[in-house]
Amino acid sequence: MLKIKELYVTINDQEILKGINLEVNPGELHAIMGPNGSGKSTLASVLAGREEVNVTSGSIEYNGEDLLEMDPEERAHKGVFLGFQYPVEIPGVSMVNFMKTAVNEQRKQRGMEELSASDFLKLMREKSEFVGLKNNLTNRAVNEGFSGGEKKRNEIFQMAMLDPALSILDETDSGLDIDALKAVANGVNKLKRKDNATVVITHYQRLLDYIIPDFVHVLYKGKIVKSSDKSLALELEEKGYDWLEKEVEV
Amino acid sequence: MMNDQDKVLKEVTQSDYKFGFTSNIETESLPKGLNEEVIRLISEKKNEPEFMLEFRLKAYRNWLKMKTPQWAHLKIPEIDYQDIIYYAAPKQKAKPSSLDEVDPELLDTFNRLGIPLEEQKHLSGVAVDAVLDSTSVKTTFKETLAEKGIIFCSFAEAVQEHPDLVKKYMGTVVPAGDNYFAALNSAVFSDGSFCYIPKGVRCPMELSTYFRINAANTGQFERTLIIAEDDSYVSYLEGCTAPMRDENQLHAAVVEIVALENAEVKYSTVQNWYPGDKNGKGGIYNFVTKRGMCKGNNSKISWTQVETGSAITWKYPSCILRGDNSVGEFYSVAVTNNHQQADTGTKMTHIGKNTKSTIISKGISAGQSNNSYRGLVKVMKNAENARNFSQCDSLLMGDKCGAHTFPYLEIDNKSAIIEHEATTSKIGEDQIFYCNQRGIDTEAAIGLIVNGYAKEVLNKLPMEFAVEAQKLLQITLEGSVG
Repeated sequence: MLKIKELYVTINDQEILKGINLEVNPGELHAIMGPNGSGKSTLASVLAGREEVNVTSGSIEYNGEDLLEMDPEERAHKGVFLGFQYPVEIPGVSMVNFMKTAVNEQRKQRGMEELSASDFLKLMREKSEFVGLKNNLTNRAVNEGFSGGEKKRNEIFQMAMLDPALSILDETDSGLDIDALKAVANGVNKLKRKDNATVVITHYQRLLDYIIPDFVHVLYKGKIVKSSDKSLALELEEKGYDWLEKEVEV
Repeated sequence: MMNDQDKVLKEVTQSDYKFGFTSNIETESLPKGLNEEVIRLISEKKNEPEFMLEFRLKAYRNWLKMKTPQWAHLKIPEIDYQDIIYYAAPKQKAKPSSLDEVDPELLDTFNRLGIPLEEQKHLSGVAVDAVLDSTSVKTTFKETLAEKGIIFCSFAEAVQEHPDLVKKYMGTVVPAGDNYFAALNSAVFSDGSFCYIPKGVRCPMELSTYFRINAANTGQFERTLIIAEDDSYVSYLEGCTAPMRDENQLHAAVVEIVALENAEVKYSTVQNWYPGDKNGKGGIYNFVTKRGMCKGNNSKISWTQVETGSAITWKYPSCILRGDNSVGEFYSVAVTNNHQQADTGTKMTHIGKNTKSTIISKGISAGQSNNSYRGLVKVMKNAENARNFSQCDSLLMGDKCGAHTFPYLEIDNKSAIIEHEATTSKIGEDQIFYCNQRGIDTEAAIGLIVNGYAKEVLNKLPMEFAVEAQKLLQITLEGSVG
């Protein structure tokens, strides 16, 4: 589904990613861990197509197509979803209106008819129950006045609504209390299927107590320095990131 | 990164004006220029009673002594008032008695504007008065309204058929010498709308006037007078468009509203005069005086405006809160793009006791435009317990435009409670990217964000207008993000 090859990325002329290789297949859940400043969020940004991220070399293939050639909205239409580390507030725009526009835009691009108002509201209700988002949140403006936890749950709710093929969740666990963390993890687990894939980007291992990854990668100074199964996450939790320094230098 | 942003910005702001066509309608007009003779001719053409001519001449003599106001945050080019045609009217043999007799080209014009005049299409319940080049072309639903005693007709017709009402109220809210442009209008206005709601009547439908400038080199000077008797209610809509022309055209209108005891008047405007091209060439100069008088106790006047057109907008719909417990409201969205300039706001004058006013102003600037809010809240000595709440927000798109806020307060009574809030924000790249990531393209994202920002005001518009206004906001800003 996703093939990243020898990816080099700069932001403001500063090299952040230095030769990333990663392959994600349908049905897989990958966790990318790493200390602050290792390039985790940059990786998420480059996948979603943020403007300020500059790919200097390498390639990203998504379902056989060149992902880097696509606009952010085209990527979204083709099933790429980014759960934001800092979800953005859009005052005055209701979640209902926002999601309706997004869902119908996606349907239009896929040659499907727009959902009727009643079908749409039904879907909203269904999915908000599914991820445990309180109904009154969906009646409010996009992220406006949401608590940190509500914002993150709202990201998972949107993920459920858009039913993406590839979800990248950027630090979705940061700043969450244990209940919110469980709710988010629960949502991710429930949305996991054989035909979709999820990449969870996180600093801490605690999210991985609730989401069991198939693969864990350690991103360090712009490179994936270690890949293994979930035991790696536990090792990181125990030893921190410092021990990697020695291993990498070797 | 900045470059890309500018590119998108440019695209969104640079869409074309949809109503820029001209219609091939024969017009009858007076030669260019303004003098007492022209004013006498206008009055004569309209077969006006003596008091009208006197009103016009008095206004003209006032105007001669006045100067163009310079206090607005606008660059107003010199206007040659002798180079303007002050009277142009579609040529018709006689006043049409039914739509069949109206010039088909004229009907076509209004159809292209999306204003069907055929009454059967008007079961939606909006009565329309259409004004082309200063002359009222057709007023629909007159009979239905007449059953309730409501008078809704062109101003010229009101002068003929209801001279007493005109004489009693015209100029009582906006006096002939009120300001430069109001004086000019009072001297030369050719038509407009007139509306009278009798005591105790709730007008069963929205009343609507569509203004259209068609002829070249012509100024449009229309005048609207709305009188709401005790315990009455009316909601009034006004829309306007004009062809794309290279030269600037002058529009100087006057609107007067009188609300008597317990009466309520809602006045909504969607102003979409031709704004000029992307380089600032052409466009309408829109100098408008709109004022309402809450004359009776417990009366209420509410202005809602969506201003997207005109090269220059100079407009301050105001309320004089004379009656005790009277209420004035002003809800405004003003969008400027490319080289447009707007200086708009309101004046709330509290005279009666327990009077209340609310001001919600949302400015949106894009391109190289300048957008100013200017508002005065005045509380007179005897206005016990006056209350005002003002909120003035500005939204900037890109870094080449300007937003300015000029709030004035004159408070002469200690019991007054005045609140003022102001914010300035930019449409963030982050907001747009967030929408993009959910599959919403940049143009739709701007539409969504801007409509969200202006929602408080758009919600005040009648349904049919709200939809139109939302689309208009999006079209006006097509091509412009930051």
